Amino acid sequence: MAIETRNALTFQELLFRLQKFWAERGCVLQQPYDVEVGAGTMSPETFLRVLDAKPFSVAYAQPSRRPADGRYGENPNRLFKHTQFQVILKPPPVNVLEIYLDSLAAIGINLRQHDLKFEEDNWEAPTLGAWGIGWQVMLDGLEITQFTYFQQCGGLDLDPICAEITYGLERIAAFLQDVDSIYEIVWARVPDRASAVHGKTANSIPHDVTYGQVRYLEEVQFSAYNFEYADIEKLWEHLRLYETECQELLAIAEGQPEASCRLPILPAYDLCLKCSHLFNLLDARGAISVTERVGIIARIRALAVGIAKAYARMQPAA
Amino acid sequence: MADLLLELGLEEIPARMIAAAQAELASRVNDLLKRERLLETCPEPSPDGSPVDDASRALGYSTPRRLAVLVRRVLLQQHDTEEQLTGPSWKVAFRDGEPTPAALAFAKKAGVELSALVKVSTPKGEYVSAVVHRPGRKAADVLSQELPKEFTALSWPKSMYWRPNKPERFVRPLRWLLCLLGENVVPLEFAGIVAGNVSYGHRILHGDAPVTIAEPAAYISALKSAFVLADVPERRERIRKSLDAVTRTVPGARWREDKPLVEQVTHLTEWPTVLLGSFETEYLTLPEEVLVTVMRDHQKYFAVEDAQGKLAPHFLAVLNTEVDAEGLAIIRHGNERVLRARFNDARFFWDYDQKISLADRLDRLKSVTFQKDLGSYFTKTEINLQTAKALAAAVRTADVPLDQTALEKAVLLAKTDLTTELVKEFTELQGVIGGLYARAQGLGETAAQAIATQYVPASAEDGIPQTTEAQILGLADRMATIVEMFAIGLEPSGSKDPFALRRAGNGVLKILAESGLPLTLRAVEEIALRESPRTNAIPSITSSSDPGLRESVAAFFEDRLAFYLREVRGYPYDVVNSVLAAGITTVPDAVARAQALTAVRGSEDMLAISAAFKRIKNILRQAAEKGFQDQGLGEFVLAQDLVEPAEQQLHNESVKLAPEVEALRASHRYPEALERIATLRPAVDAFFDKVMVMTPEANLRRNRLSLIASVLGNFSRIADFSEIVSS
Repeated sequence: MAIETRNALTFQELLFRLQKFWAERGCVLQQPYDVEVGAGTMSPETFLRVLDAKPFSVAYAQPSRRPADGRYGENPNRLFKHTQFQVILKPPPVNVLEIYLDSLAAIGINLRQHDLKFEEDNWEAPTLGAWGIGWQVMLDGLEITQFTYFQQCGGLDLDPICAEITYGLERIAAFLQDVDSIYEIVWARVPDRASAVHGKTANSIPHDVTYGQVRYLEEVQFSAYNFEYADIEKLWEHLRLYETECQELLAIAEGQPEASCRLPILPAYDLCLKCSHLFNLLDARGAISVTERVGIIARIRALAVGIAKAYARMQPAA
Repeated sequence: MADLLLELGLEEIPARMIAAAQAELASRVNDLLKRERLLETCPEPSPDGSPVDDASRALGYSTPRRLAVLVRRVLLQQHDTEEQLTGPSWKVAFRDGEPTPAALAFAKKAGVELSALVKVSTPKGEYVSAVVHRPGRKAADVLSQELPKEFTALSWPKSMYWRPNKPERFVRPLRWLLCLLGENVVPLEFAGIVAGNVSYGHRILHGDAPVTIAEPAAYISALKSAFVLADVPERRERIRKSLDAVTRTVPGARWREDKPLVEQVTHLTEWPTVLLGSFETEYLTLPEEVLVTVMRDHQKYFAVEDAQGKLAPHFLAVLNTEVDAEGLAIIRHGNERVLRARFNDARFFWDYDQKISLADRLDRLKSVTFQKDLGSYFTKTEINLQTAKALAAAVRTADVPLDQTALEKAVLLAKTDLTTELVKEFTELQGVIGGLYARAQGLGETAAQAIATQYVPASAEDGIPQTTEAQILGLADRMATIVEMFAIGLEPSGSKDPFALRRAGNGVLKILAESGLPLTLRAVEEIALRESPRTNAIPSITSSSDPGLRESVAAFFEDRLAFYLREVRGYPYDVVNSVLAAGITTVPDAVARAQALTAVRGSEDMLAISAAFKRIKNILRQAAEKGFQDQGLGEFVLAQDLVEPAEQQLHNESVKLAPEVEALRASHRYPEALERIATLRPAVDAFFDKVMVMTPEANLRRNRLSLIASVLGNFSRIADFSEIVSS
């Protein structure tokens, strides 16, 4: 039996729908963070926001870079950079799972014709000193979402607990459109009149722009860079510089007797993210030995924990 | 009386935790009702006339979203009770007929008027007493007070906070609570939720509409109409029947039995149905182990085999829903799509990995951490190799045939598959993948099989590796790990065993027990201690006088041996204690002794011997405490100084029997040896009947102490019978 996919959402429509859905449920819509991150969790909109007690819900798409996962655009299911749609609900409503199911309906999934399971999957990020309890959400055998109740972040026990919902947009889009390769995903359907606006009537037939057209080159070139061209010596040097500056900023913050909102904690966190990304690059480049690895993870974790503590100290006492 | 129903409605509980939680909750509720005298002590027989056991009164139910308990015929109110309390002595409580503060305090504590205090006579004198009348409490009151404590006490492998200010931890957020005693709601609150008479059905098939439960007995059927099968055996049975039925649509096909997977999917579903899917036959060129692992571990699919037992290009998925034909086509298509992508990945990795041979991967192990303080898997491989060589040398002295070259090759390459993409993707296939690559790369069947089965047994249910080479690799790997971890202070303690050393120890015991390798437990420990560079570096360990490490390793393995004999072999704990107390040589020897002793444990003669040996030990202990035990005790019994016929008899029997028993013991004929020991009983009984060991006369006493010490010594080498417990 042929599966009906003609009306399936494009990649960008999927994003629109999710943004609209969560905006209507009280989320602030943020833009993707503009420093390299490995996951939506690492954006300060999650990492730092979850540390304080103020109610805050936010949603954003986050392109997430994992240098070691690059496959030169050759593997249909794996990417150097994939897109997470991240929702943070602080505090989560009691019917948070039911709302999540509604979001699936909003992107065109009729749950009465699918098989849905919540399977235990507890998230952990040692470099961030963060972990949580939750599930991977399986739809017809495909993991489409990671749902986590954050318990600890930056080494700090959290209160209130917040819910993190992370949708894997490429996977969901490939599923909805029933394509076997991520690169075949329709990113946008360019309608007739859009072309006509430019007066090029010869090209005015509606056409699809695929994920491959938008992103393939990036996957190829970054795979080559991550695995072959990245200058190992310079990466180490960058890591050292960013780490040192981050430590200096933290020292400034710690040196202040009074907590002040002027303290450069957010910039320090950017520097910490840089370190984390450089570590991933060095790792992909095969430049990190056994002994070094443990040490570097500990160093980045120390930065993240220091930043979390400084941020928590900055908050007015409850 | 009324039935009690309790349901905790939760966000999806991890499947692996549900069975234990259901059982614990049921037993906690049952214990609570018993403790609070809310169950009839002599319950009426059940309708079919069979007796009702108190322990099984509470019926447990569960699905991923709920834990429930149903208890039939709970008392609505405790019976009133009267209790007689005894207070201070009468003389202290009343002086000249006037009550003292002691009397007042007692009356207050007992909750009675002063005038209610009465005098009772006891052997110790006259005391103040009061009869306290306690009216029974209402069941609903007891339950609303006590049940939340039981919920809080439930133990979870991993739990979480979810409410502001974090008042409680639980496995997942509690979303509803149902508690009915008969038709009435028991006022109850836990984790901010107030109990009602409302449950909820299947998330998709029933939706958000509440399901009102009219009375406890209606629970299962009410949920069934809301697309929830709360009875676990019923759900399991439905899954098995559906697997059978769906498989029958493929001629000649069978689904691969997989009990852990059946359990898992039972606890992942509320309303299970089964779907048959297919994949392209081209994937069948991949090793079956890889295909089955992808299906089972990653997708929770059952594999299907054809009439010849070969893997067929189909799979069975257990769904948590029921859909029409169109829905089924959509779900099948989705699952097939995911599986195809996974198989593609596996095939890509399989081809990719082949480009670098296992031998060329050895060097790469330098960058794979074994443990941060113990270095890389390259270092580990070097230690494994030394340990395996030493074990092989020990085995060869007993003329066990062994392919030394294949063994060394296998040990050297055993961990190299950790650098392959396929193992990075499917970590549970480590070893198996190495074996497959070794075979594909022409390293020989012996080496390939040893690599493939190095992690066998993974659990108590597993068998052991087939070949001597594989067994030695398995022993060397585990022993080196255990000794090295102990050497840096990472031995397991209490419930903490982060490196699964107990499981490694269990593997060692099982291999030693079932392989027939001619190695004593002590010899294996010594080889591992000697070959570990870490323990080598400590001078006191190589000289055999090390205090700490050697002993803790020995104690660890004694503990593992006890576990093996009890839990895997099922010998009674006192038999195991007896056998271990008599010393350990090889593991099969300990098994044989436990077997022989278990067979005669309940016999009257053996119980009498056991009682006598206990008595001997007690007497010897008392003698030692009183300073009667001179050196040389037990070595010299002066036969001419034995005056009573009974002691002469015992001496003669013991002297005659000892060499016979020792000969049987030396040839491991334990059942016969124990039979012979049992014949000592009349002499032992007569001795204790007629002879007073602790006689005031010093010489006589010394001689008798020597006699019983020699009896104990002669016949305690198979087992320490004094450890036997008479039931």
